[in-house]
Amino acid sequence: MDNVEILSRIQFAFTIAFHYIYPPLSIGLGVCLVFMEGLYLKTKNKVYEELTRFWVRIFALIFGIGVATGIVMEFEFGTNWAVYSRYVGDIFGSALAAEGIFAFALESAFLGILIFGWNRVSPRVHFLSTVLVALGSMFSALWIVVANSWQQTPAGYRIEGEGMKARAVVTDFWEMVLNPSSIQRYSHVLIGAFLAGSFLVLSVSAWYIVKRKYVVHSKKAFTIALWVAAISSLGQLFTGHQSAEVVTKYQPAKLAAVEGHFETEPADLYLFGWVDVKKQKVTGVKIPGGLSFLVHQDFKEPIPGLNSFKAENRPGAINFVFQTYHLMVGIGMTLIGLCWLAIFLLYRKKLFETRWLMAVFVGSVLLPQIANQVGWYTAEVGRQPWVVYGLLRTSDALSQAVKAEHVLISLILFTLVYVILFALFIYLLNKKIQHGLDVQPDDLESPRSKFNPSPI
Amino acid sequence: MDTILGLDLPTWWFLLIGALISGYGILDGFDLGAGALHLFFRKEQSRRIVLNAIGPVWDGNEVWLVIGAGALFAAFPLVYGTLLSVFYLPFIVLLVAIIFRAISIEFRSKEEMKWWRAMWDVCYCLSSTTIALLFGLVLGNLIQGIPLDKDHQFVGRLLDFFNPYALLISVTVLSLFMLHGAMYLAMKTEDRLYARMTVLINQTSKFFILCFITSSMATLIYVPHMEAIFHKYPVMFALPLTAVLIVLNMRRMIEKRRYLRGFISSGVTTALLLILFASGLYPNLVLSRTDARGNISIYEAASTDSSLRTMLLFAVIGMPLVLTYTVFVFWTFRGKVKLEETSY
Ligand code: HDD
Ligand code: HEM
Ligand code: HEM
Repeated sequence: MDNVEILSRIQFAFTIAFHYIYPPLSIGLGVCLVFMEGLYLKTKNKVYEELTRFWVRIFALIFGIGVATGIVMEFEFGTNWAVYSRYVGDIFGSALAAEGIFAFALESAFLGILIFGWNRVSPRVHFLSTVLVALGSMFSALWIVVANSWQQTPAGYRIEGEGMKARAVVTDFWEMVLNPSSIQRYSHVLIGAFLAGSFLVLSVSAWYIVKRKYVVHSKKAFTIALWVAAISSLGQLFTGHQSAEVVTKYQPAKLAAVEGHFETEPADLYLFGWVDVKKQKVTGVKIPGGLSFLVHQDFKEPIPGLNSFKAENRPGAINFVFQTYHLMVGIGMTLIGLCWLAIFLLYRKKLFETRWLMAVFVGSVLLPQIANQVGWYTAEVGRQPWVVYGLLRTSDALSQAVKAEHVLISLILFTLVYVILFALFIYLLNKKIQHGLDVQPDDLESPRSKFNPSPI
Repeated sequence: MDTILGLDLPTWWFLLIGALISGYGILDGFDLGAGALHLFFRKEQSRRIVLNAIGPVWDGNEVWLVIGAGALFAAFPLVYGTLLSVFYLPFIVLLVAIIFRAISIEFRSKEEMKWWRAMWDVCYCLSSTTIALLFGLVLGNLIQGIPLDKDHQFVGRLLDFFNPYALLISVTVLSLFMLHGAMYLAMKTEDRLYARMTVLINQTSKFFILCFITSSMATLIYVPHMEAIFHKYPVMFALPLTAVLIVLNMRRMIEKRRYLRGFISSGVTTALLLILFASGLYPNLVLSRTDARGNISIYEAASTDSSLRTMLLFAVIGMPLVLTYTVFVFWTFRGKVKLEETSY
């Protein structure tokens, strides 16, 4: 690998991973906002309005950083991956353009009304804007995930030209959009985002409950978010399983890497473990034949191992992919347990008194974030060495005009800027949470809060 | 090759992308301009008002850049890859400036400390200025042509980008945006701040006209293909002529303090200058200064007809929607700025 390649890959991975902190939060928070404001319109209960106003302020903060870091992503395809851009432009470009026209324009226009429009439009129009912003953010995930899924499982295309002039062109638009992994991966990504957003609400509300601030409000917010999270956590298991089936069928080398499976034989399912790539051995706790069972409903069915693929077609970082994948699944199971335990206690009317569980929820916001990150690492690192699976190698996709020094400069620059950005984000988020809700003085149940409207 | 209304699909996309870039120039132009003027306002209250004048709309304006770049990627992937990788560092700086601008607007009023606000004010002004200058720089280089060999590989050096002509265009773009922004702000402000705007408009308009004249001369002298075009199609003289008339008219509107009309005129000027540049380019998208075989024409760069057709359908459905929201949002926030508890 030459330096331009290594640096460009690090830069892409770093910038997208950073971007991906924010969109899942805004998508998930958007859904929670729709419920909060919807309940306000329905019940006319001030508590829901105050909650909505508070969470809109947090939403605005997250969204702003998401937008700023997203623009970087779009341009990076051209700056660092010019050959790739030309190769997939016919296919990928349409998805990105559709995203701009149908999703981003919708979000950003109505975001203005969502944040600043409280006194300018009627409550119904305001609610409509909230719904449109939430929908817009889900659409933006749609197109980009479709494009990414096409890279994973290309369909509906033909290759035109040869060598450096080769490119993929669309032969069937809908086949391209509905490629074999689009639906599974989009639903998995979307539900992952619902988890990220709802756990932010759960965490902050749990913290207020523990601190006995805004208790009335926080219990309501907690309940809304808990339902979103509980249903999503099951959905995530289901769509994750479906994604695994797609991987089995279309990316057998990735599947083998994910379970550290070297020889073609019945494959085990690890709960956790460590892959020794040199000795081709995995140490850990496993269900023998478990993977074969999940995939073929038969413990004895052989599954192609890594050794059956040519060395240059295997993913490189096998232990990494193994670990990230198992971390994601482990977190997925934990979230299911956590959410449904909470629902159970909610019905026994003990939930908010179970202080240890509330304390767990305060920290739980990190779990879906981590799962979202490592999920992408599994999918993307497992896809290597291909940038477009089976068609274009990552090493062939680079910009020719760019020099390693330049990429180094840009990488350093992005690192600096993003570190500052992240620190400021955490600082301001914390500040907003400490400041809390703007609650009317007649709210007897939370005596400590006083009415002091803040500039956002 | 497929045609629609007598034009082939790559030409339609050439026009559409031109329209998107003009839309971007007109919309984000005024908020970038407002940003570049930000430090001219001294009082805390004034700064908040001018910031909130663009508060609800700047993000929507920026989306035009996202759509424009997406459209270029989709319709002419070869150009997208070539331009962005050739202008690697300038674009990276642009991206960093875009990030800083977004967060300065967002973060500035979230703390009371004087130093905090002053720091973000400076950041906001610098990043807005940088963005405007960089667009001008790229534009200036594109008008002149960039050094590409016959395989469209870049054969120049980074420093070549900072030639005097490109720098001149860069300053011209900045001056136009500042004027455009000042007129927008005049429509949004009252009393003493408004009075301040009238002074600024007067000054920036003089600055712009000076730049406009200099860069027109420079273009005629240094950019032979622009001049050749007028020889070939004398009708094209209508474009610069209209531009001059509009600029003169703008001065008149400014003297009469009819800023909405002035604002429209500066928007139209932005569009006309871009059209002028595009007509010098067509049917190429990128000109090579060193080897005519290095030019990238729309036909060479275009995606397939079927893709272009699908996306044209997207554009036909999507653009009216985008325009509708844009109008709706500007209408909702019409009138003078009033600071409220949700303001920045
Ligand atoms: C539509 C395209 C697309 C989308 C939606 C994503 N990626 Fe991706 N990713 C790429 C397109 C891509 C790519 C352009 O294809 C890269 C660049 C280099 C490469 O090999 O693939 C890549 C590489 C790449 C790598 C480096 C892999 C390596 O070099 O070993 C990581 C860690 C991620 N991505 C992570 C993510 C995350 C966290 C995403 C969540 C938002 C994500 N990707 C979405
Ligand atoms: C490499 C891939 C990606 C690119 C090129 C990209 C591009 C962008 C751009 C340009 C913006 C700013 C739009 C604006 O100005 O309003 C943005 C914001 C956004 N992106 Fe990404 N993005 C990528 C990955 C993703 C993924 C995987 C998701 C979702 C799962 C996503 C969801 C969003 C959302 C919801 C926003 C709105 C801002 C926010 O909510 O934080 N993006 N993205
Ligand atoms: C509960 C068990 C889970 C299973 C069985 C599972 C399964 C999978 C599989 C097989 C992939 C790879 C798909 C590919 O390479 O194309 C994947 C990717 C991913 N997972 Fe999961 N997952 C689970 C839980 C979670 C959770 C809880 C989250 C986040 C909250 C999450 C977020 C992601 C993301 C963001 C990706 C990358 C996008 C994609 O490729 O779809 N997953 N998951």
